[in-house]
Amino acid sequence: MKKLVRSQQPINMTKAHGPLIAGSFLILLAIFVFILFGFGVEGEATFRLSRPSDPYALPNLVLPAENFIGIASLIIAFFGARLIVKTPKEYTVFFAISFFLAVAAFLVWATAGKSFSLTGMLQATVVRAVPIALAAMAGIMCERVAVINIGIEGMMLAGAFAGALFGSIFGSVLGLLIAITVGGVFGLILALLVVTFRVDQIIAGVAINILVLGLTSFFTSHLLKKNPHLNDATVFKAIQIPILAELPIIGPMLFRHNIFVYLAILIVFSTTFYLFKTAYGLRARAVGEHPKAAETLGISVIKTRFVNVIIGGMIAGFGGAWFTLGSVGRFDEGMTGGRGFIGLAAMIFGRWHPVGALLAALVFGFADSLQQKLAILRTPIPSEFLAMSPYIVTIIVVAGIVGSARPPQAIGKAYVKES
Amino acid sequence: MKIFLKIRQTFSIDKATFLDIFIIPILATSLAITIGLLLLLLSGESYQTALRALISLFVGSFGSVSALSETLTASTPLIFAALGIAIGFRAGLFNIGAEGQIIIGGLAAVIVGFSVELPLLLHLTIVLAIGAAFGAGYAFISGWLKAFTGAHEVITTIMLNLIAFRLLDFFLRLPFIQKEGRNDPISKSVLETAELPRLLGFIDPNLRIHAGFLLAVLAVVLVYWIIFHTTIGFEFRTVGTNIHAAKYAGVNSSLAVILAMSAAGLCAGLAGASQISGVLGRATSGFSAGIGFDAIAVALLGRAHPIGVLFSGILFGALVAGGREMQVSAGVSLDLITVIQALIIIFIAAPILIKSIFPWFFPKT
Repeated sequence: MKKLVRSQQPINMTKAHGPLIAGSFLILLAIFVFILFGFGVEGEATFRLSRPSDPYALPNLVLPAENFIGIASLIIAFFGARLIVKTPKEYTVFFAISFFLAVAAFLVWATAGKSFSLTGMLQATVVRAVPIALAAMAGIMCERVAVINIGIEGMMLAGAFAGALFGSIFGSVLGLLIAITVGGVFGLILALLVVTFRVDQIIAGVAINILVLGLTSFFTSHLLKKNPHLNDATVFKAIQIPILAELPIIGPMLFRHNIFVYLAILIVFSTTFYLFKTAYGLRARAVGEHPKAAETLGISVIKTRFVNVIIGGMIAGFGGAWFTLGSVGRFDEGMTGGRGFIGLAAMIFGRWHPVGALLAALVFGFADSLQQKLAILRTPIPSEFLAMSPYIVTIIVVAGIVGSARPPQAIGKAYVKES
Repeated sequence: MKIFLKIRQTFSIDKATFLDIFIIPILATSLAITIGLLLLLLSGESYQTALRALISLFVGSFGSVSALSETLTASTPLIFAALGIAIGFRAGLFNIGAEGQIIIGGLAAVIVGFSVELPLLLHLTIVLAIGAAFGAGYAFISGWLKAFTGAHEVITTIMLNLIAFRLLDFFLRLPFIQKEGRNDPISKSVLETAELPRLLGFIDPNLRIHAGFLLAVLAVVLVYWIIFHTTIGFEFRTVGTNIHAAKYAGVNSSLAVILAMSAAGLCAGLAGASQISGVLGRATSGFSAGIGFDAIAVALLGRAHPIGVLFSGILFGALVAGGREMQVSAGVSLDLITVIQALIIIFIAAPILIKSIFPWFFPKT
């Protein structure tokens, strides 16, 4: 039976290259880490784990820079060699650990002889991961019913704009709800285009991105610039969770955030529950894997796709509102800065599973916050290259992981109902 | 309607194709412009402004010799880049990375343009060739990743775009490239030997249309020939239609994917180089100006056919030139043009939408 299923899969001669390329990349990475960071580094890197004002203060974490970088590059090289020799199917974990070690080595190198607040950065990581994780959730909702949603970036931008505009007029809570609705409306438009009119899914997504970029920029220059009070929403305040917020490291990392972080975590877990524990989720996945079989069983493919894509759009709209209502309170043109696309990469990295995507989003959020915080350490690396790092990671992830991850079977195909 | 019949008879086009390649684009464009004007009213502008915007859209694009010159100048890089995207479409690749390839190609071109001293024609040729080569090389990354790891080109090209923006900012601040005495990201100007000559300079030196437009027309013919009359073009189309069938038929699909992507980047790189040596003369932080994204719409509107790309490129050039005039004389933001372009993509991609809005143009089936 298993063999039969195999033969239906597309002939893909390129698949075997995945581990080989990933392995070679890891070895290169190890050499890179060793040469660039290992040479001429001296002293100890001091990481502050808590603020003096915290009730349960932890001592600083002090690492000898040279030893740490040497060991880290050795481990990465070992993983790389292992991937090449054994070509295991499951190598996401090795990849993730190696990447983590490389980043840690980089941090130690940058901090050598100085001190750096690790907790502050972890806190920023969680905050920065929010829009990426939400974009990934939106992607999962759509791709699980076999609709590719390249338009997430645009939906988020629309949500950010609606959040700022309506948040300024009606207050943040109503602004947030309208942002979610606007995201849902663009989800509806996408569903109409790809499900009803059977437009190529990628073209539809790109069109939505360009449309939203144009619309938001147009209304920014015609409405918001002339009326600055329409672009001045109140940002949601951080809510400290009693007791938990006092915990060292974990407290500031997880329990001293505004509503977006808590709701994002809730959305991740309810998406998981919905997809894997409810009948609706089972139906959605069936529609994504084999729409014809699903239709035979009495599931409406069209309706399922519509509902899921609209929910995906709403999640994207919520994620977009983070940029304005959860962060700065005002809208700037193109402020989502590719987070929607990075979210798609997180989705692939997390293998179309919400929890996996959340972890991937945290990795990207880490890279994002690293770039921000490193300005404080005054590294000799130009800021442009630090700003590039999340994008480079995305490319590597998409290239290295894709061979071992499988998207829903019917992805990208329009469904024609047989009458 | 009679003139349409005449066109059909002259080119012996059957009715379905005629509707597909002429009527739908025309209706889509008019509908998109109409919606754009409605948006203008929605944002609180008066009827007079909207009317003035509409008029200046036409006057600024086709209303005079200088308007026409602006239209063709704006269409030149669009045609180049859209040709590349069309090649990609033919091979089943969706190259969103034209913007990044334009940046990298243009950046390479500007560096060679100001740093090397060579005789007139040679210098220009080398500048364009380097621009094309760097654009191709940048796209090669995505093609290679697609062929050997299966990484989707849409994601990788988008990421390469974002990387290209940062690279540009980095390079423009290098002392070797940055204009002397400036703090903002701006490059030195290319030498006169690296400039594309202006075609109508003898009438009025302010007419900006340059020899790049002729090169773009030449590229249209060349790409047409490659796609429809060479083996490699046939392989592109086979891979694009059915990659498995292509593999069974003995086509080296990995190579075809890499070549198609690189060719796409080559065209985009030329777009960047021609923009640098024909119009701008130097690179600034936003010199690509979204041409790579507009080119996607141009390629779609032109149905990924080189001749179609030529005409839709001119149409989009007209939108850009008219849009600038609209900005000046009616005070309407250029972003409205972006909205109109996106709407055109949507309507072109969903012909059913057009058919249900304008049923009387189409035969009942």
